[in-house]
Amino acid sequence: MPRTRVKNAPDPELMHRMYYYMVLARMLDERTWILNRQGRAPFVISGQGHEAAQVGAALAFDPEVDIVCPYYRDLGVVLVFGMTPGEVVSGHLGRSTDPSSGGRQMPSHWGHRARHIITGSSPVATQILHATGTALASKARGEKAVSAAFFGEGSTNQGDFHEGLNFASVHKLPVIFICENNGYAISVPQRKQMAIANVAARAQGYGMPGVTVDGLDPVAVYEATKAAVDRARAGDGPSLLEFKVVRLTAHSSDDDDKSYRSPEELAAMRREDPVPRFKSRMEELGIWDDAKEQDLRKRVREEVDQATRVAEAASLPDPDTLLLHVYG
Amino acid sequence: MAVMTYLESVRETLRQEMRRDPRIIIYGEDVGVRGGVFRVTEGLQAEFGEERVMDSPLAEAAIVGTAIGAAINGLRPIPEIQFADFIFPAFNQIVEEAARIRYRSNGDFGVPMVVRAPYGGGIHGALYHSQSVEAFFAHVPGLKVVMPATPYDVKGLLASSIEDEDPVIFLEHKGAYRSIRGEVPDERYLIPLGSADVKRQGTDISIISWGMTVNFSLTAAQKLEQEDGVSAEVLDLRTVRPLDVDAILATTKKTGKVLIVYEDNLTGGFGGEVSAIIAEHALFDLDAPIRRLAGPDVPAMPYAPTLEHAFMVTPDKIHDAALNLARF
Amino acid sequence: MARAAVKTKMPKTIAPDVLEDMFYHIVLARALDDRMWILNRQGRAPVVYSSNGHEAAQVASAFALDRGRDWVVPYYRDLALVVAMGMTPREIFLHLLARRDDPNSGGRQMPAHWGLKRLNILTSGSVVTTQMLHAAGLALAAKRREEDTVAVAYFGEGSTSQGEFHEAMNIAAVWKLPVIYFNENNGYAISVPQRKQMAVADVAARAEGYGMPGVVVDGNDPVKVYEVMAAAVARARRGEGPTLVEAKTYRFVPHSSDDDDTAYRSREEVAEHKKSDPVITFETTLRELGLLDDAKVADIRARVKAQVDDATRFAEKAPDPDPETLLKHVYYGD
Ligand SMILES: Cc1ncc(C[n+]2csc(CCOP(=O)(O)OP(=O)(O)O)c2C)c(N)n1
Ligand SMILES: Cc1ncc(C[n+]2csc(CCOP(=O)(O)OP(=O)(O)O)c2C)c(N)n1
Ligand SMILES: [Mg+2]
Ligand SMILES: [Mg+2]
Repeated sequence: MPRTRVKNAPDPELMHRMYYYMVLARMLDERTWILNRQGRAPFVISGQGHEAAQVGAALAFDPEVDIVCPYYRDLGVVLVFGMTPGEVVSGHLGRSTDPSSGGRQMPSHWGHRARHIITGSSPVATQILHATGTALASKARGEKAVSAAFFGEGSTNQGDFHEGLNFASVHKLPVIFICENNGYAISVPQRKQMAIANVAARAQGYGMPGVTVDGLDPVAVYEATKAAVDRARAGDGPSLLEFKVVRLTAHSSDDDDKSYRSPEELAAMRREDPVPRFKSRMEELGIWDDAKEQDLRKRVREEVDQATRVAEAASLPDPDTLLLHVYG
Repeated sequence: MAVMTYLESVRETLRQEMRRDPRIIIYGEDVGVRGGVFRVTEGLQAEFGEERVMDSPLAEAAIVGTAIGAAINGLRPIPEIQFADFIFPAFNQIVEEAARIRYRSNGDFGVPMVVRAPYGGGIHGALYHSQSVEAFFAHVPGLKVVMPATPYDVKGLLASSIEDEDPVIFLEHKGAYRSIRGEVPDERYLIPLGSADVKRQGTDISIISWGMTVNFSLTAAQKLEQEDGVSAEVLDLRTVRPLDVDAILATTKKTGKVLIVYEDNLTGGFGGEVSAIIAEHALFDLDAPIRRLAGPDVPAMPYAPTLEHAFMVTPDKIHDAALNLARF
Repeated sequence: MARAAVKTKMPKTIAPDVLEDMFYHIVLARALDDRMWILNRQGRAPVVYSSNGHEAAQVASAFALDRGRDWVVPYYRDLALVVAMGMTPREIFLHLLARRDDPNSGGRQMPAHWGLKRLNILTSGSVVTTQMLHAAGLALAAKRREEDTVAVAYFGEGSTSQGEFHEAMNIAAVWKLPVIYFNENNGYAISVPQRKQMAVADVAARAEGYGMPGVVVDGNDPVKVYEVMAAAVARARRGEGPTLVEAKTYRFVPHSSDDDDTAYRSREEVAEHKKSDPVITFETTLRELGLLDDAKVADIRARVKAQVDDATRFAEKAPDPDPETLLKHVYYGD
């Protein structure tokens, strides 16, 4: 996997923001697993291992104007776009305060109109077409907004992937297609999903740029995404970005990945964990130390605790609302 | 004779059929090493090899579309759709192709395949892992739609489906997988498609159902007997296409009161067809209006426990509806 | 669209009598096609879908197969293909006129919805691109049984925008199936030109994204098409997996008899393309090679005309389907 090196020392402030969101995403994610084990959250699907890619990519957009169509792993993306930890946990607990669906959808089926997060479903890859459509509207209305669709590499085998990329390319739409390639679709390894090494290789068949980036490096991800966003905003059309990441957990709380991944593979993968990796990188650059780390962890832990309290205190949806919102 | 779960019955039937018919192949998402997300195909790849039990790319149209070609060319494919909710990307291949290939070729080609799909809710599956999809397919001549309620029926109906020369949609209720147990004879047997089964004899009222709600209806019938002195007959349709019209009319004539129970949403659900048949052929045998108890008319089942419960057909709801009708 | 000039060197890959036979099938397909339009204009055939302009590509691709053993999965454009596979003119006109004995569908489908088990021509519907997956499935079954047969799916370039194109290409590559995807790129999907369909010049450029070879070939040159196909077939038979072949063609007539192509392309454009009409250019080539002369051409044309006349008379006299059969063949044994 090609690892893009950053030549110039990146902006420390940006790196600190990246790290904050990565740690927040990680600690919040860990909390949802605890809630699951305690029987309080029936289902968890996790972004652990994807944080660098999600945060690095999301920070390259302007949440004030841009539009994202995330998929279920994208906790890091929605946090950057402004969904609060309390809102996130309320989704996990199926509370009426869940901004994504008022407790109707499974957790991590993100959606938040005010935060420019388009509601997503479970059937994979449909969001690729929705992002293409939001970009079509932005272009038609002469707005500068860029849209993004996030998805896994397994999902690129769906027809919707192809139809979306082709359409976006023909119409030169301001949309970025972001593949978080963790090498697995549940249990199925990439080599059984496709006969190519890089999803980005598909881009040329649509006449758009395709870039493969080390998704464990948030700075490299940020830079690749920024370039694609600038290109799209300038009216030069879509890009396909592929971030190679690791899925540190089972597919979901209903999965047991020991049945298809060896202990060695799992151990090797843990050594690639992007969160400590990025921390070491900042330490090497002299922009991070233990005191900062302790301070950050404490702050984030409080945020997560607070989020849990807020969500738990919220009410479950009233059964009488079952019939609401079928039509407008 | 062994006692086993519904899920085990599916697996053991697949195993038994694969041992006797080398034409059978199974494929779908995660069906290989992982044994399927529900573990239905666990151990089958180990026994029959990767050639006969294959993980497929994440692409439902491809799964069903290739199964059509393989069936025409002499195999007996049993494609698995991971959740019935994800069958819609393959709707085109099932409805436009598989269902009409025999008809459009004037009998020259046929598509003997069994598309297995877990359906149904009450398992925290929310809008995309809970759906009952039978009405979409029951509407299509050329397809057969099978929905067993018990481990015994699973075996006989699955074997018949595999032997059938036409495409079969075989719907297995996720809630039944581990909660429903029953005796299953070791030897092979066939249950003809299109033969309903009186699961419980009764005289006061008929409950007509199919799939998992047959089991709920049996629980309700027992309570009606014990607590209310109402004798309820329970007719299990077992297959909604072909449909056992004679059995529907027979139970109607016997009790004169019919409650149709299904989990799918009410309007346009298969219960409407059952109701029309009774109205056309047995109106004057009725002592009360036909009643339907089904899911509400919302697009799909929500996640939060309060909402999910409000959606689901349950033994208690069946009991109350049946009692109401019995006292009409 | 680059078109190599037809070289007048005797090809090493194809025997002279085979070249002549290809020519005969190309001429026969064109003559059947011309007749279909006449029948349509006379009000006797309600709809026509034409292979007019695609004949060289279709016929040559079929000749690279082991006809009768390999599978073809055609689409509505493939009259010349099914002619080359052995469907008779009588059978073709029985289908056109929706007669009882139409072997494709017994008069159930629109014309040009081919399918005939006897010739390993898979039945085809109207929904474009579904057939690409069927071909993969046929190939999967052949591979499981360790037969060395191949399956070829045919489709237009517009159809490559469908998700099923992508799913089929991907699954065929992952499973290394003995299948060939034969794209007939005529530059239009009804009225929509290729540039509004895709942002690439060649459909074949997509092959790399699936990890399979993609080859562009001049569809007006039957020798080149034959050679490219023969290589793809050999590769598939060796178990090395699928190939995407893109034959650049042009449709000289409207999309169907219900279409008016003057609305979306100029007569000059059509005239320009007609200069490479394979019926004419291939005849010239074979004359230059000394394989054809006036007498031979006259003989072929007379034979073809007699066949087309016979098929027309035969199909017109043939009985319509019995309305009683409406309910048949919904399920096995009906
Ligand atoms: C259309 C559809 N088919 C099947 C599924 C079940 N499913 C959920 S996630 C998943 C795997 C997705 O893999 P990938 O796209 O690589 O994303 P990852 O989970 O690895 O991030 C599958 C098969 C689904 N959600 N939608
Ligand atoms: C799924 C689907 N959508 C629309 C149509 C209507 N339609 C029939 S042919 C056609 C154009 C196909 O173009 P192309 O694939 O390039 O084939 P060509 O006719 O040019 O050979 C369209 C849009 C269809 N048959 N199927
Ligand atoms: Mg993945
Ligand atoms: Mg075309």
